[in-house]
Amino acid sequence: MPPLLAEVAQLVVNGMMAGAILAVPAIGLTAIYAVLRFPNFALASHATIGAFAGYIANAKLGLPILPSVMVAFLAAGAVGVVTDEAVLKQFRPAGFITTAIASIALTIALENIVRFGFGNELRGYALPIERDWRFGSIRVGPQQVQNLAIAAVAMAALFCFLTFTRTGKAMRAVADNPMLASIKGINADMISRLVNFVGMGLAGLGGMLIGLDTTIDPLTGFRSILSVFAAAVVGGLGSIPGAVIGALTVGIGEELCLLFLSPDYRSAVGFVAILLVLTLRPRGILGQRADA
Amino acid sequence: MENYLIAMAVSAGIYALMALGVNVIWGLAGMVNLGLVGFFAVGAYVSALLTLKLGLPIAVGMASGAVLTAAVGVAVALVTVRLRGDYLAIVTLGFAETIRIVASNTLWLTNGTDGISGIAGPYRGSLSPAAFNLTYLAIVTAIVAVTFVLAERLRASPFGRVLRAIRDDEQVAAIAGKHVALFKVKAFAIGAAALGLAGALYAHYTSYIAPDIFVPLLTLYIKLALLAGGLGNNRGAIVGAFAVVFLLESTRFVIPLVPGVSAVQGAALRELLIATALIVMLRYRPRGLIPERLPRIPVPPSTPPSVPPAAAASTKNYQPTA
Repeated sequence: MPPLLAEVAQLVVNGMMAGAILAVPAIGLTAIYAVLRFPNFALASHATIGAFAGYIANAKLGLPILPSVMVAFLAAGAVGVVTDEAVLKQFRPAGFITTAIASIALTIALENIVRFGFGNELRGYALPIERDWRFGSIRVGPQQVQNLAIAAVAMAALFCFLTFTRTGKAMRAVADNPMLASIKGINADMISRLVNFVGMGLAGLGGMLIGLDTTIDPLTGFRSILSVFAAAVVGGLGSIPGAVIGALTVGIGEELCLLFLSPDYRSAVGFVAILLVLTLRPRGILGQRADA
Repeated sequence: MENYLIAMAVSAGIYALMALGVNVIWGLAGMVNLGLVGFFAVGAYVSALLTLKLGLPIAVGMASGAVLTAAVGVAVALVTVRLRGDYLAIVTLGFAETIRIVASNTLWLTNGTDGISGIAGPYRGSLSPAAFNLTYLAIVTAIVAVTFVLAERLRASPFGRVLRAIRDDEQVAAIAGKHVALFKVKAFAIGAAALGLAGALYAHYTSYIAPDIFVPLLTLYIKLALLAGGLGNNRGAIVGAFAVVFLLESTRFVIPLVPGVSAVQGAALRELLIATALIVMLRYRPRGLIPERLPRIPVPPSTPPSVPPAAAASTKNYQPTA
């Protein structure tokens, strides 16, 4: 393979891996948006909380990665339900803008609780050092493949939950038409708790997957929030398949930009993607209308 | 101690200027701007770079900072003007983060995360530090006073009335023949100019800027100032800015009194306190401590109510669909 083509192929593979990981919190964001109709910026701190919960399970308690990932999901999901009940729920009658601002304040508050407990230093998970696998000229890390598998399993589980279970169908019904759903006797409070648990759980899981690739600190979640929002907006806010497609697009786009941009600008690519999509097709790839 | 108080007054003045700017965008026109710190950063960097690299006078640097930030505001507004508020929130927040990423990484221009130091201040070399602080306080006070008067005129003007009409119901304003998009872009530009000027004032006062200064927390400070003072209310914006600086600074003295807390933990506690204060204010005083006072509409005494109560109730609950 010519060198440039090989480099592009490597970047596309990296981008798909990164995109699959990004899809997990992006689905969380878009699911919460679909049911509760506001952009929940508190997703950032819940990703951090998940990453740290997984860190405690893995590095402090010595659990392997898979159970630690479960801990990340459950912890972030539980915190998500509690903070929504205690804080964000009160703001919903005041409108989505007030709720969104409150969610930023909430994310800064939670981030600082993590900082209070753990300080600012970078921490890494206890991972075995493994040699990369090679397929021709393309190199893949075993840990990346494991992350990809975890992300895929989480997405498949969510898909089955939404498609085959009664509760999952009820959740989609509320997202689709809250009025009709309430006439059918679906308990909207229950659904909003559930979507917060699942959505913030996925954020936490995503935060840990991002951390497995690098290191974690209290800003882990906030640093990736731009890419997560880009994924959800590109795919169409409120559409779960859209979030997956959007995440892959943003993931591959961020990697391909490395051909002519320094990696430090990577997260700015997400913002450019948001602007492009909102200018050319405001509803995103699979979403509903975004213009007024 | 006097210097400390003067420095606090200067930062309160800069916050007040920002709050006045955001009041035009958010308070009057009803557009959410979660990226105001990005505009503040643009003003700071433009003025600092122009004076430092091109040797322009400080006043020219500050004016260019304000004008260029207004231009950036127009660009952001043009992209977002047709979008729903929730998308506007995402774009503005993303804008501020992108500015920070660019400032952190464009080493040749901004010196990256190390920041820019040695930014000139007016008469800094020829005055004692105390006299410099006082001079600067006078400059900031004058600028805030002029901005306040302009903002008050703007609010009462036909232009300001249209903005409030757009805030309260965009469709009605459009039906009344107002070019809604144009008014929104103008409001964004005016607000952004004030934010940029505040950034320039900040840069020339502290003589040092770095990407770490322009974090979302600063956006929250200004939102908190507006809520403390009353949204859509210019007097309140100034009072609120002073209240926020007082709150911020008092935590600086209170937190060291908590035993067994490290420096990082102290900083975390402060930010936690600020975020909590904002949540509490938003929850219990969403229109601010001093709500906007609207002029009373004179009602002719003899006119019977033209809308039956039931119909009035139903129109009151009517929400224009997005």
